[in-house]
Amino acid sequence: MDVIIENLPLYWEGFLRTLFLSVVSGAIALVLGTLLAAARVSPVAALRGFSMTYVEVLRNTPLTIAFFFAAIVLPRLGVRFEQFEVAAIIALSTYTAAFIAEAVRSGVNSVHVGQAEAARSIGMQFGQVLSLIILPQALRTVIPPLINILIALTKNSSVAGAFFVLELFGYGRQLANANGDQVMTVLLGVAFFYLLITVPLGILASTVERKVAISR
Amino acid sequence: MFARFISMTTQVPGDALVSLNAVNKHYGQLHVLKDINLNVRKGEVVVVIGPSGSGKSTLCRAINRLETIDTGEIAIDGKKLPEEGKELARLRADVGMVFQSFNLFAHKTILENVTLGPIKVKGLSKAEADKEAMALLERVGVGHQAPKLPAQLSGGQQQRVAIARALAMKPKVMLFDEPTSALDPEMINEVLDVMIQLAKEGMTMIVVTHEMGFARKAADRVVFMADGQIVEDATPEEFFTNPKSNRAKDFLSKLLTH
Repeated sequence: MDVIIENLPLYWEGFLRTLFLSVVSGAIALVLGTLLAAARVSPVAALRGFSMTYVEVLRNTPLTIAFFFAAIVLPRLGVRFEQFEVAAIIALSTYTAAFIAEAVRSGVNSVHVGQAEAARSIGMQFGQVLSLIILPQALRTVIPPLINILIALTKNSSVAGAFFVLELFGYGRQLANANGDQVMTVLLGVAFFYLLITVPLGILASTVERKVAISR
Repeated sequence: MFARFISMTTQVPGDALVSLNAVNKHYGQLHVLKDINLNVRKGEVVVVIGPSGSGKSTLCRAINRLETIDTGEIAIDGKKLPEEGKELARLRADVGMVFQSFNLFAHKTILENVTLGPIKVKGLSKAEADKEAMALLERVGVGHQAPKLPAQLSGGQQQRVAIARALAMKPKVMLFDEPTSALDPEMINEVLDVMIQLAKEGMTMIVVTHEMGFARKAADRVVFMADGQIVEDATPEEFFTNPKSNRAKDFLSKLLTH
């Protein structure tokens, strides 16, 4: 226990970094994923094709590859980052967006087709139908899977630790190296701080689910 | 005599508000609309009846292009239905549609259901749209339900809201696709009363229905469809007392024995 209490500031620093990575990547992924889902159901074939390819590629390759691309390939192509954190955020959000897109798409499919027909028949265009009628209903039905994805994102952010970003897992590794005799305790501490983010997310999921459930 | 004279003049496409010209549609092998010609004048109430699977709903939905057609031409107020896009959206705003399953926006209140179109499509201010929407909701008898969500209303009330939502766009013509078929029997009349009132006020209406009472009371013309074709096009009086085709005779005999 002592090793945790002694290094609480370090843990806290790591916790805040992880939280930052998760929140920023999560927000970007939600926006990007929703746009991808919208592209996937749009009447424009090129958009549908792009969205499908994006989702299939990112969803079916390991996150580590996304990190290698963001941290190593992008800089070689001339994209320079001040900090590796930016690369981590790019990797995490582009990867997670693929999963969000699939969840949102399933939500869009769950909205009764009559809703879109009614919206079109009062003169709304595709963008309005989607943003005013379909997505608000679709997003409510997919809040539980979306939060699942955000929980996975929080845990996935630990991969950033392997790419020189000091977040919770990165600090944990440092501590474990420095305190070889107490690795178990150190890792339990790390796990605890992850739970501090993910458990409330789970609770939030069920609360929100109850609050915004719409009866049909 | 006079009624017959009117129904003959409607065959002139020039003054037609809605005109369908040699319209054909297939679902795969199934030929659902066979060479449909139909003209509806301003202020006319046309009731489309026929056995299920006769293509009458498809016909109704084709008029605001919720269903595409293979060949032929559909025009509203002299303007040919455009391809999907801005132009089509603008034209749809002029064509009110009422669905069998109401299709009220489930996440919006009753009032918002009615104001959404005027605000987002016509660019009305919220205050103005609210005022007009409340007047419409009062007119169809659900004014006091304005703050509720659709699921809190009965089917009959929801359908009346759906009519108000369509009217809020000040359409040139109203399409009704089996508006009472999903309703409990005791709620059918409250919806039909609203529709009869609309008809009396001179709204141009195309109504797909199984309600023969409505056809008798409010229709100027009855169009009988079977197997994707228009088999008869007559006044209600003519159609119900003296149907010409065997198909119509058969259909009516089955209805009236129950």
